[in-house]
Amino acid sequence: MPFLPFPLFTDVLLWLLMGAIALYVWYCSRKPHLGAPWARVFQSRTAAICAVVFGCYVAIGFADSLHFRVRLQQAAGSEGTPYSPAVLSVLDLALTHLRERRERTYSAPLATRLYAKEQFEIDGKPVRDFPRLRYGGARLQDEAERPRDIAARIGLGLFVAAFAAVLIGLAVKRLRRRRPQIPWSAGGATLLGVLAAALPVLFLSFEYHVFGTDKVGQDVLYQALKSIRISLIIGTLTTLVLLPLGMALGVMAGYFKGWIDDAIQYLYTTLNSIPGVLLIAAAVLMMQVVIDRHAEWFSTAEQRADLRLLVLCAILGLTSWTGLARLLRGEALKLSQLEYIQAAHAFGVADTRILTRHILPNVAHIVIIAMVMDFSGLVLAEAVLSYVGVGVDPATTSFGTMINAARLEMGREPIVWWSLAAAFVFMFVLVLAANLFADAVRDGFDPRVRMGFVPA
Amino acid sequence: MKPALRIHALNTVLDTPRGMVRAVDDVGFELRPGECFALVGESGSGKSMTALSIMRLLPEAGRIVGGEVDLDGLDLLGLPEAAMRSVRGRRIAMIFQEPSTALNPVLSVGRQIVEVMERHTELSREEAKRKALELLRSVGIPDAERRFEQYPFELSGGLKQRAMIAGALAVDPEVLIADEPTTALDVTIQAQILELLARLLRERGMALLLITHDLGIVARMAHRVAVMYAGEIVEIAEREAFMRAPQHPYSQKLFAALPSPRRRAGELAVIQGQVPPLTQEFRACRFAERCDQAFDRCRIEAPAMLEARPGQLARCHLREAGPAAPRAQSLGSHESIKTASGEGNVLLRIRDLQVHFPIRRGLLKRTVGYVRAVDGVSFELRAGRTLALVGESGSGKTTTGKAILQLIAPTAGSVRFADTELTTLSRAEIRPRRSAMQIIFQDPYGSLNPRMRVLEILLEGMRSLGIGRDEAERTARITRLLGEVGLPAEALGRYPHEFSGGQRQRIAIARALAVEPKLIVCDEPTSALDVSVQAQILNLLRALQQRLGIAYLFITHNIAVVEYLAHEVAVMYQGKIVEHGDVDRVLGAPAHPYTRELLAAVPTID
Amino acid sequence: MLAYIVRRVLYAIPILVGVNLITFVLFFVVNTPDDMARMQLGAKRVTSEAIEKWKAERGYDKPLLFNAAAPRGAKLTQTVFYEKSVRLFAFDFGAAEDNRDIANEIRMRMWPSLALAVPVLIVGLAVNITFALFMAFFRATYLDFWGVVLCVALMSISALFYIIGGQYVASKLWHLVPISGYAGGFDAAKFLVLPVLIGVLAGIGSGGRWYRTLFLEEMSRDYVRTARAKGLAESVVLFRHVLKNAMIPILTGVVVVIPLLFMGSLLSESFFGIPGLGSYTIDAIQAQDFAVVRSMVFIGSVLYILGLLLTDLSYTLVDPRIRLQ
Repeated sequence: MPFLPFPLFTDVLLWLLMGAIALYVWYCSRKPHLGAPWARVFQSRTAAICAVVFGCYVAIGFADSLHFRVRLQQAAGSEGTPYSPAVLSVLDLALTHLRERRERTYSAPLATRLYAKEQFEIDGKPVRDFPRLRYGGARLQDEAERPRDIAARIGLGLFVAAFAAVLIGLAVKRLRRRRPQIPWSAGGATLLGVLAAALPVLFLSFEYHVFGTDKVGQDVLYQALKSIRISLIIGTLTTLVLLPLGMALGVMAGYFKGWIDDAIQYLYTTLNSIPGVLLIAAAVLMMQVVIDRHAEWFSTAEQRADLRLLVLCAILGLTSWTGLARLLRGEALKLSQLEYIQAAHAFGVADTRILTRHILPNVAHIVIIAMVMDFSGLVLAEAVLSYVGVGVDPATTSFGTMINAARLEMGREPIVWWSLAAAFVFMFVLVLAANLFADAVRDGFDPRVRMGFVPA
Repeated sequence: MKPALRIHALNTVLDTPRGMVRAVDDVGFELRPGECFALVGESGSGKSMTALSIMRLLPEAGRIVGGEVDLDGLDLLGLPEAAMRSVRGRRIAMIFQEPSTALNPVLSVGRQIVEVMERHTELSREEAKRKALELLRSVGIPDAERRFEQYPFELSGGLKQRAMIAGALAVDPEVLIADEPTTALDVTIQAQILELLARLLRERGMALLLITHDLGIVARMAHRVAVMYAGEIVEIAEREAFMRAPQHPYSQKLFAALPSPRRRAGELAVIQGQVPPLTQEFRACRFAERCDQAFDRCRIEAPAMLEARPGQLARCHLREAGPAAPRAQSLGSHESIKTASGEGNVLLRIRDLQVHFPIRRGLLKRTVGYVRAVDGVSFELRAGRTLALVGESGSGKTTTGKAILQLIAPTAGSVRFADTELTTLSRAEIRPRRSAMQIIFQDPYGSLNPRMRVLEILLEGMRSLGIGRDEAERTARITRLLGEVGLPAEALGRYPHEFSGGQRQRIAIARALAVEPKLIVCDEPTSALDVSVQAQILNLLRALQQRLGIAYLFITHNIAVVEYLAHEVAVMYQGKIVEHGDVDRVLGAPAHPYTRELLAAVPTID
Repeated sequence: MLAYIVRRVLYAIPILVGVNLITFVLFFVVNTPDDMARMQLGAKRVTSEAIEKWKAERGYDKPLLFNAAAPRGAKLTQTVFYEKSVRLFAFDFGAAEDNRDIANEIRMRMWPSLALAVPVLIVGLAVNITFALFMAFFRATYLDFWGVVLCVALMSISALFYIIGGQYVASKLWHLVPISGYAGGFDAAKFLVLPVLIGVLAGIGSGGRWYRTLFLEEMSRDYVRTARAKGLAESVVLFRHVLKNAMIPILTGVVVVIPLLFMGSLLSESFFGIPGLGSYTIDAIQAQDFAVVRSMVFIGSVLYILGLLLTDLSYTLVDPRIRLQ
C-alpha cells in the first residue's frame, strides 16, 4: 500500500458518532412518531437552508477526519516499510496546492507581492521594495494583468456554478415530486449559493492566496478549512460525555427523588458554583502536565495534539452537563406524576423498566434539542478557551488559534486583517447555521423547551 | 324588546397547520336586556370562539371573515381597534373559565378592579376604591377591605371568580359574557356563583351570554338557549320549550346521554362517531353521519333553520314534517342495578385508613404538622358491586383510592384485599397481588404513554405480572379484549395520539382488564369527557361489571353518574366519610347536612 | 423566613467543602507538587534540589494529608491540604508566584472589575429589555421576525470579534478613545466607555431573544386576555401586566450574577488592559500560577452561592405569591 491508514482517536469517535446518527435516522424513518417531529423540522425553509450549509461544513470536516501516513522510499538496508512521520488527511491531499505553497510571511488576499518590504537585487542593483510572492500570482508576467486574471477565474467559477444550477434544478424538481412538503427549492438555492461562492474561490486558489497568508506564509484559506474539523469535534464529541452524564443523573434525580435527588443536586450545584472557565482551565492545565509527563504515549505530534483535543472535549463535557441534568430532572419530576407512570406502578413494573420505557423516550426530544443547541455554544467556547490558553494544542489550527495569532498583529500598519476576516466568516456562517437550525429543531420538537440563559 | 346585542351571520376561522378551521360558521342570535342566553355545546363546537369573536379577542391564529355584531346600533366588527377598546369592559364585559389564571398574579385584587374604572370613567382614585369595595360586597365577598389589598393566590377559587365578576361589573356593562364561569369550581361553589349571576341579572337588567356545556346549568339559568354543533347553531329556543321537547336530533341525544337514576335499567343513549373535522366545507347536514334518524336527503343537502314550533328553530330536515314529541320524562321508575353475581363476598375491607402528608418548616425542616388528606376512612366493598366515593376537590377521595392500591403509603389503618392485609406487605410481596386490583385515571391524555403503541401498552402489565403463558397467548387475549371495549383490532399497531379522548379511555380500561382484576379503582374516568362520550364509557363499565363481576370503587364528583352506576355511595368531606349507604337511601334521603348541601347544589334538568 | 435564610447559608458549607475537595484533587492529586515545580521551572532537566527549593519556598514540601513527622496536634495542620485548601475558608489565600499577597491584590483589583461589569449589566439590562419589549409589541410582524434574526446573528459572533472589531473601529478609525489602559478615579470613564459599549452590544443577541421569549410566554397567559377584555390599551397591557410578571424571572436571573460581577470579565479586561480580577485570572492561567487560580476558584464559588442565596431572597421580594406565604 502506498499509504498507511492512521486513524486518530477523534477520527474514530467522529465516525462512530456519524454511524450512530445514521442508525438513529434509519430507526426514525421506521417509527412514524419519531420521524414526525423531524419532518416538521425540515418543513421549515430555515432548517433546509441551514442543513445544506451545515452539510458542507460536515463534508469538509469528515474529509479532514480520514488520516493516513504516506509510504516513503525504501531506504537501502532498512527493514520494514518506512512511513512519513507527517500525518495527512484526505482534505490535506485535496488541498495540496494550498498546503505546500508557502510564502515567506504575510501577504494580503489575492496579492502578488509580500506584505513587508525587503532588500533584494534587481539586475544586480540592490532595491528595497515589496518582493513578488513565490506562488501567489507567480505565473503572471505583468502584474497589471492581475485584475483581468482574477475576473477570468471568477467568471470561470460562476460558469461552472451555472452549469451546476441546471443539475440542481433538475434534482429539486424530481425530489419535489416525491416529497412535496419539504422545501427543496430553498435547499437547492442554498447549495447553488454555496457553489457560486466556493467555485470562484477554488479557481482563484490555484493561483492566488484568496485569504492571504499568515506570519509564516501559510495560506489562510487552508487554515480556515482545517479549523472546521476542530469546531465540529468540539461541538459534537463533547456531547458524548455530556449526554450520558446529564441524562442519567438528571432523570434519576427527578424520578427517584429523596436522597438520590439530594446527592445529584449537591453534585451539580457544587460543579456549577466553580466559575466555568476556571474549572476548565484548572482541569486542562492539570491534564497538560500529565500529557507532558508521558511523551512516550505518542508516536507523532498529531497524536499528541489529538489527545489534547479529546481531553478538552471530555473536560468541557464534564463541566457542562449540569444544565441538561437540571432540565431533565424537572421534566422527569413532572413525568413521574403522570398517570401512565402511576399505571405502570399499579402493574408493579420495575423502576429500571419505567426509566427506560416510560421516562427516557419522553425526554428524548429535550436531549435532541439540547444537543443541537449546545453545538454553537461549544464552537464559540473553543475560540475563547484557545485565547485564554487552555484550548486546543497551540500547534493545532483552529479558529481560536487563528484569532489569537492575528490579534497580536492588530497594531501593524497597514493592518493585517485577513486572518481575522477568514476566521470570522467561516465561524459566523457555521455558528449562525447551527443556531438557526437549533431553533428550527426546537420549534419542530417542542417549542416550550427553554434552554438556560445566563445574562452578561 | 330591542335586543342589546345582535349577532348576524358571524364567520370565524382559525389558521392551523392542518388547514383553515371554520370554528364559527354563520352563527346568528340576539341577546335581550335582562335575559340570560345560554350557548350550549360540547368541546370544539365553537361556542367560546363565538364569544371571543364578539369581543374581538381571538387568538392570533383566528380571524373574523364575515358577519355583523350589532351592539345597540353600533357595528362592532367595523370599529377601529381603539374604539373597540372603549367597548370592551365598558359596554361588554367578559369573565372566563379558570379564575386562578384569569387574574394577574402580581397585582392586588383591588388594583385589577380599579383599573377598569380608571380606563372607562373619570372617577378619582378614592371614588374608584370606594366603588370597588362596594362591588366586592355586592358580589358576596366578605371582609371586602382586606380582600381588596390581597393578591389572587390568597383567595379561594370561588372568591376569585366573584372578584372577576366584580371587575366585569365595575362600569355597568350592558352585556356580560360568561365563558363556562363555573366549570373549574366545585358544585357547591358553582351553585353560589350561578345564584350571584342570576341576582345581578335581575338587579341590573343587563344581558348575560352564558356559555356552558352543562344542560343542568341551562335549566337553572337560561331564558333562551342555542345549541351549537360543529361550528353552527343547530337549535335555538325558549328554555321551557327546549327542555320539554328538543327539536334537533343532536339536542335530543344530549338529553338522552345524561345519566340519571331513571335510566339505571337500561343503557344510556350514545352518539356514535366523532365531530367531523371543520377544515372541510360542508354541503350536507353536519350531524348526518352520527344521527340515527338521518335519511338520504340529510347526506346531500344542508338543512336550513326551520321553525318547528313558534319561537323554536332547529336545523333539521325532519322538522318539515312537524315538531318532535316531548322528551320522555319518566322512563320507568327508580330501579336497582342488576348484579351479575348477586351479593358477593367482601373483597375489600378498609378500616380507619389514614394518609397524612407532613408539613415541614423551620431550620431543620422538622415536621410541624400534617395535612390529613385521608383521616380515618372505613368501608367494605363486595365483589361485583360499585361503591361511589363522592366529594369535592380536596376531600381526599383520590388519595384514598391510591392508598388502597398502595400507590401512596397509608399512614395508618388497614387495607384488607381478598383476606390479605396489604399495608404490611413489602413492595415485592404486593407485586403478585397487583393483577387483582387496577386503576383507571381521569385524564385520557396523560394516562397513556405517547411513545408506546397500544399493543405495548396493553402487554406491559401482563408481562410484568406474568399473565398468560407466552406472547401468543397474551396477544390473543389482548385481541379479544379490544373487541370487548369496542375498539378495532388494527388499533394495536397505533399510537395513543391517533385516538380520541373516549377511545383512549377505552384503551386505559382494556389495559386494566388485561390483568384480570377483581377490583378497579375508577378515578373520575369520565370527568374530562363530553357528555355523549361519557355515556359510552359508563355503558361499557356497566356491561363489563355485569359480565365479569368486577367491583368498582368509583371516585367522582358527578352525582348523576353516581345515581346511574353505583350500588352504594360514600360521601367524603375533609378526609372523612360523612355519610355512607345504599345509593337510593343516601341520594333520596340524605342524613348528613353536607350531603344535603351537595345534592341541593347539583343543577338538574328536571 | 429567617430560618429559611439560615438553612440556605448552612447548605452553602457542604458545597464549599465540595469545591475545595475538587480543587484539591485537581491541583495536588492528579499531579504532584513535583510536577508543578517542573512545569514552573520550565527546563526539561531540573535538578531535584531546585525542585525541593521551589516546593519549600511555597510550602508544598509537606505531606498532602497527614504529617507523621509534625508535633502532636499539628499532624493534620502541617499539611498541604490544611495550609493550601482549608485555609481558604478563612480567606487566607497566601502569595502568588511573584510573592505578592493574593488577598491584597484581590482587594485592589476588585474596583476596576466592578467599574466595568456594573455598567455593562445595568445598561445591558435596560437595552435588552427595551429591545425585547419592542419585538414583543410588534410580535408576529416583520419587525419582530427581523429582530429575532438580528439577535441570532449577533449571538453567532464570537465575543472575541466584538472586542477586536470594537477596538479597531473606535480606536483606529475614529481615534475617539484610548485602545486600552486604565486610570483611577474619574479618568477611568474614558477607558471604560468602549469596553462597556462592547459588553452591552455582545449581550444584546442572547439577552434580547431570551427576554422576548419570556414576554411572549407571559402574553399568552389568560390574565392578559382578561386585561384586554377590560378594554385596556395594548401598551398598558404590556407595561402594567406583562412587564410586571416577566420581570420576576428577569430580575431573579440577574440577581444570581450580581455577586459574580466582582470576578470581572475575562476577555474585556485582558483586551483593554483593565487591571481587574478578570485579567488577573487570565494572567494567572497563562502563567500557570496555581495559587491564584485556586483562590479565584474559591472566591468564584463563594460568590456564586451568594448569588443563589440572593436569588431566593429576591423571589420573596418581587413575587407576592412567595413573599406572603
